[in-house]
Amino acid sequence: MTKVYLSAVTALMLAAGSGAPAVAGSKDVVVEGAWSRASIGTNRPGAAYMTVRNAGDEAVTLTGIETDLAMRPEVHRTSTSDQGVSSMAPAGDIRIAPGETVALEPGGLHAMLMMLQRPMVEGEAFELTLSFSDGGEVSVEVPVLGMTARGPKD
Amino acid sequence: MQLTAIQKFLWVLVGIAGLTFVWGLLWMGPRSDQSGSSQDPAFSAAFELTDHQGQIRSEEDFAGRWMLIFFGFANCPDVCPTTLAEVAAVMDGLDGDADKVQPIFISIDPERDTPQALAEFVPLFDERIIGLTGTPEQIAATSDTFPIYFERIDDASAPDGYTMGHSSHLFLFDGQAGFVDSWPYGTTAEEILTDLRKRM
Ligand SMILES: [Cu+2]
Repeated sequence: MTKVYLSAVTALMLAAGSGAPAVAGSKDVVVEGAWSRASIGTNRPGAAYMTVRNAGDEAVTLTGIETDLAMRPEVHRTSTSDQGVSSMAPAGDIRIAPGETVALEPGGLHAMLMMLQRPMVEGEAFELTLSFSDGGEVSVEVPVLGMTARGPKD
Repeated sequence: MQLTAIQKFLWVLVGIAGLTFVWGLLWMGPRSDQSGSSQDPAFSAAFELTDHQGQIRSEEDFAGRWMLIFFGFANCPDVCPTTLAEVAAVMDGLDGDADKVQPIFISIDPERDTPQALAEFVPLFDERIIGLTGTPEQIAATSDTFPIYFERIDDASAPDGYTMGHSSHLFLFDGQAGFVDSWPYGTTAEEILTDLRKRM
């Protein structure tokens, strides 16, 4: 009886949760080590890197990114063939299993920042919001490092 | 008799096709000379292109120095800046030996990469890096000289509706422009520097 009551309360609480990420996985997503390189003006796209860790016990799916820095932000994947030919394309949805970490890093996945609205200036930072299929969002502050940065600690 | 002649001719064709195939597999330039001694480089760097300051440059301008050559395009936000950053770190790591090495970035996107566009991109990573570009025909010819491949990939969401796929190796040439070594994309500056120091 107590059990049934508790479930009912849980259900009510969920219903009351109104749109906000409920029990689902994106609230357990941890974004770390974000960084980007300074841009030259706004003519060319920029890129941002980070790790996205699913610390929960349900799979989550990254469906998109948003930032006021770029009109067209999109997760891209660079792939390099056996012959050493590299190219990039939109990565589509990215499923992250429980306990798994997906790295956005040079030569792999990157947050491609197309149609920059302002230059990416070394020493500044911008906010990037990751959207997940459960409706949840996770925002992260991305520092802009120098052009020759090779990782988050440069 | 007639048939045999045709057969011979066909066999020659098969032979040529086979050789061409092997040639392609080895990624050798048209100037390669396999009959020479094993010391001969697989191919030599050869180019005549416009640098980011508008000057015509050829491999002869860098005779006596090592050349670090890689291919890319300025609109590339991931692979190219990463390689440029690694090369900048290599140059820093060379310290006093840096003047023995000339890093060169050759654009495979001549449509967008004018000398001026390269001037506001390439030297910002390291002012010692020279950016080269040319007419579409000149750039197309670089894939005959160098064992590289590049292609235009139409992508409606990309700036100007296209992006480029391209060989992302970093090539090392000796003071006579002979090919010495190449590193695949993702090789760290530290590894490149170690290899380079052994050669120098
Ligand atoms: Cu991209």
